[in-house]
Order: sequence, then structure tokens, then C-alpha cells
Amino acid sequence: MSGAFFPIATLSTSLVAAAIIFLLPEGALRARTVLNLAAAVLKIGLVAWMVRGLSQGQTYAVEFPVLEGLAFVLRADALGIMFAGLSSLLWLFTTIYAIGYLEDSPNRRRFFGFFSLCVASTLGISLAGNLFTFLIFYELLTLSTYPLVAHRGTPKALAAATLYLRFTLTAGLVLMIGMVALHTLAGDIRFGQREILAEFGPEQRGTLIAIFWVLIAGFGVKAGLVPLHGWLPRAMVAPAPVSALLHAVAVVKAGAFGIVRLVYDVYGAELSQALGLLTGLAVVASVTILYASLRALAQVELKRRLAFSTVSQVSYVILGIGLFGPLGTIAALSHLLHQGLMKITLFFCAGNYAEELGIHRIDELDGAGRRMPLTSLAFSVGALGMIGLPPLVGFLSKWYLGTGAVQAGMPWVIAVLVVSSLLNAAYFLPVLYRLWFCPGPDHGVGKWPEERHLGRFETSSWLLLPALATALFSVMAGLLAGLPFTPLEWATRVANLEYLP
Amino acid sequence: MNSAASLLLWLALVAPLPLGLLAWLKPPRRMRAVVLAASALPLATLWLLPRVGEGALQGSLALGGLSLHWRLDALAALLLLLTQLVLLASAAYAVGHRRAALSGDVSHARFWPLLGGLAFALGLIWVAADLLLLYAGLELMGLCAVGMMLLPGKAEAIRAGLRYLIYALVGSLAWLLGVALLLGAWGTLELAGLAAVAEPDATTRIGMALLAGGLLLKAAIFPLHGWLVPVHASAWTPVSAVHGALVVKASFFILITLWRLLLPEAITAAWVLGMLGASAVLWGGLKAWRADSLKQVVAWSTVGQLGYLMLLFPLLAGTAASVAAMAWQATWLQLAGHALAKAAMFMAAGNLMLSTGASRLVDLAGTSRRLPLSLMTFGIAAVTLMGLPPSAGFTAKWLLLQASLESGQWPWVAVLVLGTLLTAAYVFRVLRCSFVEQAPRHEFHPLPRGMDLIPLLLALAAVGLGLVAEWPLAMLRQGGVS
Repeated sequence: MSGAFFPIATLSTSLVAAAIIFLLPEGALRARTVLNLAAAVLKIGLVAWMVRGLSQGQTYAVEFPVLEGLAFVLRADALGIMFAGLSSLLWLFTTIYAIGYLEDSPNRRRFFGFFSLCVASTLGISLAGNLFTFLIFYELLTLSTYPLVAHRGTPKALAAATLYLRFTLTAGLVLMIGMVALHTLAGDIRFGQREILAEFGPEQRGTLIAIFWVLIAGFGVKAGLVPLHGWLPRAMVAPAPVSALLHAVAVVKAGAFGIVRLVYDVYGAELSQALGLLTGLAVVASVTILYASLRALAQVELKRRLAFSTVSQVSYVILGIGLFGPLGTIAALSHLLHQGLMKITLFFCAGNYAEELGIHRIDELDGAGRRMPLTSLAFSVGALGMIGLPPLVGFLSKWYLGTGAVQAGMPWVIAVLVVSSLLNAAYFLPVLYRLWFCPGPDHGVGKWPEERHLGRFETSSWLLLPALATALFSVMAGLLAGLPFTPLEWATRVANLEYLP
Repeated sequence: MNSAASLLLWLALVAPLPLGLLAWLKPPRRMRAVVLAASALPLATLWLLPRVGEGALQGSLALGGLSLHWRLDALAALLLLLTQLVLLASAAYAVGHRRAALSGDVSHARFWPLLGGLAFALGLIWVAADLLLLYAGLELMGLCAVGMMLLPGKAEAIRAGLRYLIYALVGSLAWLLGVALLLGAWGTLELAGLAAVAEPDATTRIGMALLAGGLLLKAAIFPLHGWLVPVHASAWTPVSAVHGALVVKASFFILITLWRLLLPEAITAAWVLGMLGASAVLWGGLKAWRADSLKQVVAWSTVGQLGYLMLLFPLLAGTAASVAAMAWQATWLQLAGHALAKAAMFMAAGNLMLSTGASRLVDLAGTSRRLPLSLMTFGIAAVTLMGLPPSAGFTAKWLLLQASLESGQWPWVAVLVLGTLLTAAYVFRVLRCSFVEQAPRHEFHPLPRGMDLIPLLLALAAVGLGLVAEWPLAMLRQGGVS
């Protein structure tokens, strides 16, 4: 009974919240705020309960047939709950942030309704128990993010949203064809039933390899793999909380998580290695990392630089998957969470600069550290983490990637890591330098593009607190990495499940 | 027991006629009245459904020297249920529509007997087991449909309606010729008897070709779809909903039934029909994408969506039993999903046009803020048409893809992909217009709440059907691809 209750209840919190938000009138501010926050807190509670239950050996699953030989499966496993935990935690902070960010702007009912739907889809993705269920929520995510990207209704926003749809809907179809082909070949594979494909003989290898790359092409669009990343920088016209959510949790991570599921839970690491798929993934990821870092260097807008940085950083996850062995897996899974925490912090901060001071370009940031010290501190934590400075979480990811590369016998990956870290430093350190060391309007040089005084502190507390909280989380996740229930420890647990029989 | 079930079935089939007449004399003023009066019909079908699971209900009616055969199997019962639900929704919607759009229009009362006749005709078609009964149903349906299209009484409505009438009559003529050939060659009109004796010789082929031509014309299958879009342009919203959701599909149903009895092995001809369907998907999608007015988008989308159904022919002809079973289930699921979604979409589009008083896409600017519910309904209905999860369209597409891959009929994979992309293109073109914020505001007229609620329920049903598809499909499988 309780086994079926928790996955459904967790999914329903955001679905029901979305439905009620759509029914509430536009002006019902307080009711909407309370509902949003209550649903977010409730969901964290439910996910935490499942984390506790899972570590005690409980199972949470529910399923029913949709077609002959094909079921809708929701199941919380160690890997899924990790992603669910990330999304529900960051949902809370993004909701708080969005309430502050969208104060007095139109269409808030639509925004928060689709925002909740978007989170429900992310949760569905993390709890999906087979590829079919995964696809359902993956496409739901596409649909629910469209209105968020198009939110402002300007020609630029509408064009970006259309481009986003072109990429993601086509990718969804490619994904569906791959899944149907796999289903035709092997039937309904539940995540974790790695033995099904492992038993296929050598005559099927060609088909398996082809299906794998079709599926990767489908996932790769959302994960922003070069050359399928084109929609992502353009989608930056969306409001800051949407960018934070798209880039840190929902969309790009859904693609990366799909690849994680495909490699570890459908094909299995050993079969993927035997078929030569992992090396291919590592190469694609390396190209993406380097190319996107170079593009990031050339950007003058803060959000676009962050966007290319996302493209590059998400591929660390893919790179980790490409490294056969537990260390590579740990790197991939922990980076899935680490990058989420760091990147959402950076986007919150970018939004704060834009809201409080009207800053959109990097060269306008001179001296902002004095005007907005806490925001700039949070930004610095995120940026230094991305570069991989110990003891921040980004360092852990890179460390495990490096050792994983040695373990997998792919030493060239270390060169990629070194170059990419240098590039990270090259595009983040100048920003930090401008923030803290260049004289700006608060030192009497020039003036802010559009200064507003939104709150008692350096900006509205609704905007400031989420940024500080996520920055704090990313520091803690690095400092306390050895303790139970941190991202790294849980990733190790999942990696052990994969490699130990 | 069996006779009680038969009696109930015929009561449910005939009941729309007196109900329609009653409503003509005393037009209902509240949606609730319609719902209360007619909801007994789907309930009766629901009661019948488990009883036809084990074996079809059948019998014959004697009219003088003539005996007419009928048969209610799982498929017919499910289609009957679908028909009753969509008609019920449209009837309730029509009450609100008259109040909101046509107050004082006396001709509206004539809508009711025509709707009753249409309901009876559709019921006849689902249960008919001989060519004569099918003919009666087909003609009655066509005449009622034309009558409903003529109701607005405007010049363009009459012109389009008369063109529809001519097309329908040509279709009937071809049908009658085909029936005459078959009767002359095999001496029976009963479907089961015909299947037993008919050989796929030249006469059968020519007869079937004539029947198919007539039915394709009535079903508006590419390239015989010319009459469809103009009639919708000036038709009342509930009429469009009924027509797009049900009427065109009845002809498809007859076609597939006859085809499988008479020419199950005609692979080339089946591929020709499949190719027609593929062209319909592409052409309908392209035209919907380029259309300027909202109603044209929805009407062209019907032309495109009907094409998916035609893929059943090549997937049934000479393929493995598992492929045939998948294609069979996929087609009926697609048909049901499309019926619910298309009715919802016509109603949502009608609401948008009524509230804004404009029909062009560019005039939708700002509706996302002012009419979120109608727009949301349009979007949810579109999810089914695009075949995105978890809708019935998605589940059907999954099955169709699986059937195409398993039988190695690759062209249909491309058709499904292109069709989906085109559908997304025209749907999001509409939604995109509604998101525009800088636009002149026009007056928004409020509509009765039921008019928003009914299409929303239909659209949600189409989406939900994808998740509970196993319930009707298991019943279909039990009946077999028979």
C-alpha cells in the first residue's frame, strides 16, 4: 500500500498544485504563494521519506498496463530518488525566487501553473521505471516549458520558444522511434533489467549499437550535446527563474539523466563498454566540453556566457558515463547534482544583478561586489566551484573524473579536463575580477544601467535568500562530502549497485 | 437475457429520434436538461459492453420479405459509446452556443431533429451487418449532416452545403453501383454470407472499387477531401464538432469492414490506400499550417488526421498476426482519441472566436491572458492530435510505429514523423499568436461556463484515454481482429 502511495503522492503534489493554480484567479496572490510553497515543502518531505525508506531497503513502486506488454511504471530507486531530491530541493528555492522576481508582472497564473507542471514532469522523469514512462514525462516537460520560454510574449521570446520546440519535438520523435525499435527487439525493459540486452548474441550487436545512438541523439538535444545545443543559448530570453530551472534542473538534466538511465539501467555499463559505446560518448562529451567553453569565452552577455558554460558542464556528466568503472560513474552522478547546485546559484545571481541594477552585460559588472556583496559572494562560490577549486564540489567532480579516466585507461581525458579547467578559469575569473577589484559606480565611476532599490538588503530578500541558500548547499556538499546522504556518498552507493553484482 | 440486451440496444439506438423531435417542439434552455435526458443512452451501452465481450450480440429484423441483419461486437459497442458521449457533449454545448451566439435565431430548433437523426444513423452503421442496412445508415447520416450544415442559412453556408450534398450523392451512387454488382454476382447482401461465398475475382474487385470510391469521397480522404473545409467554414460550432469527430469516420469504418471481408489479401490496393492516407497526412498538415483562420486550421487538421487511419490497410494486408493486431488496436484508439480531441478543438476554437469576435489567427493576440481556459482546452486537445504523451494519439502512434517497424514497412515511420511535426507546426502557430502581448485589445464576450467546461472534459478524456487504453483495447483483442 505505502509502496504505491509515495510515488503517486509525490507526483501529485505538483500536479495538483498546477491544477489549483490554473483554477485560482490571476489576482489571488497570497493563495498562490502559500500553495506553491506548501506543495514544494510537502514534496521535499515525501522525497526525504522515500530516501530514508530506500536506505532501509523499502521499495516504492506502482504500475499498470497501458498496452499489451507495456506498462506505466513509477518506481523510486537509488538513482531516481537522487534526481528527485535535487529537483524538489531546487524547486523550493526557485519558487521562492520566482515569487520575488515576478512581483507585479502579468500572467503569473500561467507562469506558476506551467512551472509546477514542469516540476511534476521532472519528478516523473526521475521516478519513471521504464523508457516508456520516461518518454511520457520527457515530452510533458517539453510542453510545459514552452509557455515558460515564451512567457514575455516579445518577438524574441516567441522566436526562441519556437526554436526550442523545433529542437525538442524532433528529438522527442527520434527518441520515440528508438524506444519503439528497442521495444520491438527486446520487449518492455524495466530500468535495472540489464540482463535482457546482455543476453543478445553477436548478430544483434549492430542493431543494438544503432538503437543506442538513435536514443543518444534524442537525449542529446535536451542535454545540449554539440552540435544539438543550438536552442539553449537562445532560450536565455526567458525570465531568470526559468533559466535557472531549465539549466540547473529540469531540461538539460533530464537529457543527461536519460543518458544515465540508458547506459546504466538499460544497456548496462559492461555491455556498453563491450559494444564500444562508452568511448564514443566520451569523445562526444569532450568535444562538447571544449567547444562550449571556447564559445563561452566569446560571450559578452552574462546569461549567455552561463548558458554556454552549462552546455560544457553538463557534458562532464556524459564524460563520466563514458569512463568505464565505478569512479567515472561516481563522477557522473555526483556532478549531476553538484552542477545543479552551482549553476542555479549563478543564474539566481545573474537575475539579481539584472533586477537590482539592470546589468545584463559582463562589462557592466565593474564594482558590483561592493554594491551587492552577498550576491557577489554567492556568485563567486558558484564560479570557483565550476572552475574546480577545492574544497568546493566542482573539485570533487573533476577529481573523480580524473581518477576515473585513469581507471578506464583513457589518459587523454585528463588533458581534456586540464584544458577545460583552464578555459573555465578564463571565462569566470575576469567576471570575478570585475566584481571585486574594478572600480564601479559605488566607487564613483560611471553609473548602473538601471538601478532599483528592491529591498531592505542589497536587493529583495525573496531574490537574495535562495541564491545564498544554494551557494551554502554547494559549499556544504563539498565540505561534508564523506557524510551519509550527501550527493557524493549517494552517488557512490548507486555506483556500487551498478558494478557489484 | 440475450433478448433483453437486444431490446435495450435497439431502445438506445432509436431513442435519439423521439428525443430530437421533442427538442424541436420544445427547445431545451439549459444544458442540464439535455444531459439528464440523454445520459441514459451511454449508460445503456456501458451496461451492454461487458455482455458483448464473450460473444457478439446479433439478430435480424424482418421487414416484409426482407430481413436485415445486425451485430453488436466489442468494436461496435465501443464506437457506439464514443458516439453517444460525443453527441451528448455536442448537444449540451449547442444549448449554450445558441444562447451565446444565436439568440433569437428560430432556425436553431431544427438542429435537434437533425441531431437525433444523425445519432440514429451512426448507431445503425456501427451495428449493421448487411449492405442494405449500411446503406440506410449512410444515406440518413449524409442527409442529416447536409441539413445541419445548411442551418446557418447564409449564402456561403448554402453554397458549401449544396456542394457537400452533390459530393455525397455521387458517393452514394458509386456505392449503389458497387452493391448492385456484388448482389448480382453473389446473391446476398448479408456481410457474413457475402464473406463466405465471395471470391476475389474481377467482379468483386470492381464492386469493391466502386464502394471504396464512394466511401473515400464521403470520408473526405485525400484527394477527395475538397468539400470538407468549405462546409466547416460557415457551420455552427456544435455541428462542426459532430461532423469532424464522427461523421467522416463512419465511412472509414464501413470501408475497412467491407475491405476485410471481400479483399483481405489485396496487397497492392491496400498500399494504394495507405499512400492516399500518407498524402492526406502531409497535405492536410501543410494546408492547416498555412491556413489563416482558426476554423480552417482545425478543419484541415481533420483531413490530415484521417490519413493516419488509412495506414491500417497496408498494415493488415499480408502481415503477421501480431502486426495486424497492433495496427488494428492503434487505428481504433487513434479514431477515438481524434474524435474526442477534434470535438474539443472545434468547441474551443468556436469559443475563442465567439469571445473575441474574430476568426483570424492574428486576432488571437492576448487570448492567452484573457481566455486562458479556452486556450488551454485547445492546447490539451492538440496534445492528442500531435500524438504527444500521455494521450490516446501517443499510444496509438506508439502501436503504429511498432507495427510499421515490425513489418518492415518503413515509409509509414516517415509519415508518422512528418505528420507529427506538421501537426506541431500548425498547433504552435496558433498558440504562438495567443502569446503575443503587444496587440490592440478587443472586447471579450463572456460565455456560459458550460461551454468552457464541456470541451475541457472532452480534451481531458482524449488525453486520459492514452493511459487507460488497455481497458478498451483488451476488449477489442478479445473480439479478435475479426
